[in-house]
Amino acid sequence: MNPHQTYIALETIVVREVRRFMRIWVQTLLPPVITMTLYFVIFGNLIGKRIGEMGGYDYMQYIVPGLIMMSVITNSYANVVSSFYSTKFQKSIEEILVSPVPNWAILVGFVAGGVVRGVLVGFLVSLLSLFFTELKVQNILVTLFVVVSTATLFSIGGFINALFANKFDDISIVPTFVLTPLTYLGGVFYSIDLLPSFWQKVSMANPIVYMVNAFRYGILGVSDVDIRVSIFMIIFFIVSLFTAALIMLNRGQGIRS
Amino acid sequence: MTTALSIKNLRKTYQGGVEALKGINLEVQKGDFFALLGPNGAGKSTAIGIISSLVNKTSGEVEIFGKSIDKELSSAKQHLGLVPQEFNFNQFENVFDILVSQAGYYGQPRKIAAERAEFYLKKMELWDKRDVASRTLSGGMKRRLMIARALVHEPQLLILDEPTAGVDIELRRHMWGFLKELNEAGTTIILTTHYLEEAEQLCRNIAIIDRGEIVENTSIQALLSKLDRETFVFDLKQPVTSLPALEGVQFNLVGSQSIEAEIKKDISINRLFDLFNQQNIEVLSMRNKSNRLEELFISLIENGSH
Repeated sequence: MNPHQTYIALETIVVREVRRFMRIWVQTLLPPVITMTLYFVIFGNLIGKRIGEMGGYDYMQYIVPGLIMMSVITNSYANVVSSFYSTKFQKSIEEILVSPVPNWAILVGFVAGGVVRGVLVGFLVSLLSLFFTELKVQNILVTLFVVVSTATLFSIGGFINALFANKFDDISIVPTFVLTPLTYLGGVFYSIDLLPSFWQKVSMANPIVYMVNAFRYGILGVSDVDIRVSIFMIIFFIVSLFTAALIMLNRGQGIRS
Repeated sequence: MTTALSIKNLRKTYQGGVEALKGINLEVQKGDFFALLGPNGAGKSTAIGIISSLVNKTSGEVEIFGKSIDKELSSAKQHLGLVPQEFNFNQFENVFDILVSQAGYYGQPRKIAAERAEFYLKKMELWDKRDVASRTLSGGMKRRLMIARALVHEPQLLILDEPTAGVDIELRRHMWGFLKELNEAGTTIILTTHYLEEAEQLCRNIAIIDRGEIVENTSIQALLSKLDRETFVFDLKQPVTSLPALEGVQFNLVGSQSIEAEIKKDISINRLFDLFNQQNIEVLSMRNKSNRLEELFISLIENGSH
């Protein structure tokens, strides 16, 4: 395939992926908006008023970046894991496997679909948050970089999960038992400075801490972690997982016998 | 002559130790209409899976129009179209989008992809269904959709893995006509089927695979010439009580008004009719007991099992 043909193939996968989640927007775009409305009302308004300030901001303002990131993370992951696994389940992945699309383009195509959904949901949740609080972006470049890179990282994570999944149960195990705890413990609802020293150190092993804090830095200008460290860690995780996913894809992990 | 498909010493051992292919060798020439036959579990689908990159081989070489799947996989894939045995399209996508996406995976610009999708959907009489979700199609329509999808990038080699399974006779005949037309236009076709009549009607050359080995690889003509006996069934006007006798012919009574005759190939059927006339046996109709290729197929597979 020449580069132009490869571009067309990649574009085909991305367009198909975006169409897929847009076609079922009631399942893909609406639920995070409703869930986040509940978070804003309950944690932000009702409980938040009793908590007072955190990191120099009122509690609602403090948790908004974390909640946006939570939506981006869960939706980008969910998009790729469910889409890629269902192509395996229906065997329609064979349409792509018999074609000359290079493996990296398959990976990038599915990941791009997840990124588009993650960013779109992040945008919708950001708009929604404006009904509850003011959102002044302190550093637009950092904010955009963190949203897109986080969506990329978790889309790759979803892809790897789907490669290993053999049944539908397997695509909910990681989100339920790994992703959700890491997100809740990743500083979405609190500053990790509040934790005892030991748990602060443990938290630094959680990749979501870097993303939530980098995003909070972009929006509010405050972070528990040095922004340079956060950006480095995000890039490091993306490169590592992308390489791992590509190696698995080349080996035919979960898709070729 | 250009070789469309070359397989050398192809082996596949699955995890768990099942040896699906035991070093098969096969060549299919450009323009051929080739049958790959074998009982269930013989290794046909594994071989097709390897050729189309859906199954990893253990060892051996595969070349499609001279392009090795190890060294020039992308070029090799460009030449190949596959109609698999099981439905493998997205059940929620509409018919037109399935074809346009498939062309896109081969790098076809959207305008060309849309034109080709229209052409092949019309050819397969599915144009009216272009906007419906693929899951709502009937079984026959799904088969035709898979053929249209395999052709949308206009491959030089088309592999069909039991394309007419579960398809009614009228539609099967229609598909035969289309495949013949396609082959005459230059597309090399490899067909696996359980309908041996289909292989006899359509194919020029044949390979029979059994337990991971090629047990026969020749032309259909040459294979059929190996058949030294044929069985005919004669339906009679009146019941008979005793069977006629003729050297080289084995007669059996089937019910009271039919006779089965297993005839050596060098015996003229006229002699049978002479015999019937002499014994006042009136024949209403006659037919082959089974497909000729079917008889050979069974004998080859049975011989292999001893």
